[in-house]
Amino acid sequence: MSHALHDVANGTVFGVALNYNGLLQQRLAEFEKPPYKQAPVKPVLFIKTPNTRNAHGRDVIHPAGERLQPGPALGVVIGKDATRVSADDAMTHVAGFTIVNEYSLPEDSYYRPAVKAKCRDGFCSIGPDLIPVSAVADPHQLTLKLYVNGAVVQENTTANLVRSIPQLIAELSEFMTLHAGDVLITGTPEERVDVHPGDLVEVEITGLGRLANTIIAEPGEPA
Amino acid sequence: MKHARIRFEGSVHAVTVEADNTVRLADGRVLGERQVEWLPPANGSMFALGLNYADHAKELAFAPPTEPLAFIKSPGTYTGHNQVTWRPDNVEYMHYECELVAVIGKPAKNVKRENAMEYVAGYTVCNDYAIRDYLENYYRPNLRVKNRDATTPVGPWIVDAAEVPDVSNLKLRTWINGELKQEGTTADMIFDIPYLIEYFSSFMTLQPGDMIATGTPEGLADVVPGDEVVVEVEGVGRLVNRIVSEADFFKNNKA
Repeated sequence: MSHALHDVANGTVFGVALNYNGLLQQRLAEFEKPPYKQAPVKPVLFIKTPNTRNAHGRDVIHPAGERLQPGPALGVVIGKDATRVSADDAMTHVAGFTIVNEYSLPEDSYYRPAVKAKCRDGFCSIGPDLIPVSAVADPHQLTLKLYVNGAVVQENTTANLVRSIPQLIAELSEFMTLHAGDVLITGTPEERVDVHPGDLVEVEITGLGRLANTIIAEPGEPA
Repeated sequence: MKHARIRFEGSVHAVTVEADNTVRLADGRVLGERQVEWLPPANGSMFALGLNYADHAKELAFAPPTEPLAFIKSPGTYTGHNQVTWRPDNVEYMHYECELVAVIGKPAKNVKRENAMEYVAGYTVCNDYAIRDYLENYYRPNLRVKNRDATTPVGPWIVDAAEVPDVSNLKLRTWINGELKQEGTTADMIFDIPYLIEYFSSFMTLQPGDMIATGTPEGLADVVPGDEVVVEVEGVGRLVNRIVSEADFFKNNKA
């Protein structure tokens, strides 16, 4: 993580699930049935606890006996406290953008909070840099690419977000203040892949650079 | 000893709490309970347990869980002793939840049950309010129910672990406007504190200042603006909170 990013993005990391149209559409039929009973009405949110923070160039531990999946995402860094802001004013509360790789175990179900899947040490890589809002022409027209060992394995665009960034800030700040330094993970697209010890995993977003991590085996796990 | 964080004349102080809830600052000054603004005594993540009392699970028509049901709260939802919490307009059901909270004292990873209590610095109390109107079946209980601004009173203080000899046998009680509404005992917890520390630390590192809110027994009721809500855990603390309307809260707390 660059010094500037590290200094600014030091708050709570909030994630938004099911915020890519492709992912949501895939599950809609299932979401009409129990235990869900209806499609989500409000943004589906989770928290990446501080122990999950990780950075560009660092290792990510593959938990023994589990499947590990990267989650390429556009990260929004809050610059000014946002309480009950309108979508029109939302971007004035943003310091800038960065890349987030929101690592997770696979999620078969969205019914219960995904603490065990998402809150493991080092499971939220953020970086490499903080790019100011003014340097990004349209944050809803950015290509995300996930590379594993140099090959593109997942690709999507922020044009496919279910809720736009201003809309997310407005809906979240209606009930909880987004504080300066908080990071909003705007969603990860469908078709997550598995990665394995030894893999070089990189997320590239148009204009934001490339965030790289190496997967390593948990001590005691065969490589 | 009891440790708290307070704000006085614009500055935040770490204090110790003495007789009659007076607080002693590092410089020796002693202030009354009503002279200071009480802040949450810890600021780590809160791992809150759902359905961790068999009677409460039954009250909500759920079978008791076979694995802990945990959700996370972030510091923005915490508020201190003697502060206010807002009830949103046009909701049907907002209820309190009186809970014993274990505060982690040192990093805990792969801790076994038999050693777990060495990682507990002390205990506090929380009122894990929920607005049931906002429940959705995605990461339930979702953040809109449980992670709202100033909707998780915590405190008033942390009492050292050594001063709570049997944490698995404490009475929990809630009063609304002086009327006893909820009564239970930590003896009825499904997953106890050593179990929970072993569970969380098996897949992540618990950090100093992290809190485990251990769930609530049966006896829930609606609260409305004007209500004084007191939650108490025997031998740990008595945490007072007052409900205000949405309009009053944002009039006084607009960022």
